[in-house]
Amino acid sequence: MKTALSTLDLRRARTLSDALAILDDEPRVPIAGATDIYVQLNFGTHPARRFLDIWGIEELKTITVSDDMLVFGALATYASMLASRHVADRLPMMLEAARQVGGRQIQNRGTIGGNIANGSPAGDSLPVLAAADAIVILRSVSGERRVPLTELYTGYRATVIRGDELIVAVEVPRVSGRQYFRKVGTRAAQAISKVVVAAVRGADGAPKIAVGSVAPTVVRLHDTERALATGASLDDAMIALRGEVHPIDDLRSTADYRLQVTGNLVRRFWSETE
Amino acid sequence: MHFTLNGSAVDVVAHPMKRLLDVLREECALTGTKEGCGEGECGACTVLIDGLPVCSCLVPFAQAEDAAVTTIEGLGDADPLQQCFMDEVGAQCGICTPGMIMAARVLVAGASLEEIRVGLAGNLCRCTGYAAIYRAVQAAQMKAETVVVTR
Repeated sequence: MKTALSTLDLRRARTLSDALAILDDEPRVPIAGATDIYVQLNFGTHPARRFLDIWGIEELKTITVSDDMLVFGALATYASMLASRHVADRLPMMLEAARQVGGRQIQNRGTIGGNIANGSPAGDSLPVLAAADAIVILRSVSGERRVPLTELYTGYRATVIRGDELIVAVEVPRVSGRQYFRKVGTRAAQAISKVVVAAVRGADGAPKIAVGSVAPTVVRLHDTERALATGASLDDAMIALRGEVHPIDDLRSTADYRLQVTGNLVRRFWSETE
Repeated sequence: MHFTLNGSAVDVVAHPMKRLLDVLREECALTGTKEGCGEGECGACTVLIDGLPVCSCLVPFAQAEDAAVTTIEGLGDADPLQQCFMDEVGAQCGICTPGMIMAARVLVAGASLEEIRVGLAGNLCRCTGYAAIYRAVQAAQMKAETVVVTR
């Protein structure tokens, strides 16, 4: 590990109230499954030195349905999603995301709260949550805030989460209509996406389309959604899409490729969910 | 810190953020677990924590407290997976082998080739010996009664 251990400080919380008290005392970066944080620590690129281990907080590991909301505790792992009847019933597009996020080793450790907090534009669960109008529950000793996933990010890996707040859960309202998920990368398992699309074709005919890896944050394609909802042809919807998707060239792909593939996936979503 | 290592209770003193991989290799002198990529992509460092395969390069030591950690050394020489990897020449350079075997430990008995491929998707072999690796796992599956089924 390239980060000097002697510079790192870890506190551990066994309960949510312990964690919130520690965060109220001083900001620390929460560590759960560590599948993102330890990559950066291993390469010496993580800026933080003070961390809070929350992996042992049992109360944040549940996946439940209450008041018609599917509620993921922040520490729900991809493996627990794959084993959950609620997720299979309510949010099959999340099952697809969980299956493709990485090998078993990553599925056993990666958490939904970690994927949200890490805030990578390529985070596999984020388009699913954005397309499903999910709400992120943040808690601190002074109370609780409910922030729509689509309003959580202010820029590349930047969020509205305060230093004293912890992501405790994500609520997903009942999704009506057909769900679609497709991740395009260099390999089916493990690879970070070049483009990742999650979408819902509402029972009322209106789609919700979210895309990752094409902008500094996960994005909803509101213009494309509107075009399709109002009966525009797929070709006309593609014009709307080209007006609102502005990817970049990077080590994983090119802007041109990403734009083309995003359009292709939206076309496929629309024709396959007809 | 207290945990169970290959079935024995141990106490190990190390920095709580030291990688479990480094604790196993440096503090516990168990060098069977290898480091490949150091970023959770290759699975060479796979060990079992409470029966689940994880990349030990991405686990802070603190999170192993009170857990049961199983490494390749915990399987013993008579383990059918180890024997089948030898018989089928499922190892070339050998760096991926301990991780492959640990990941294969949790495959259900009678897993199909497709299930084996998915189960080992988190383990990369740079010698591209996958066909022999899958043959080795399938051969070990034939001795299903000796393969641990954890889920």
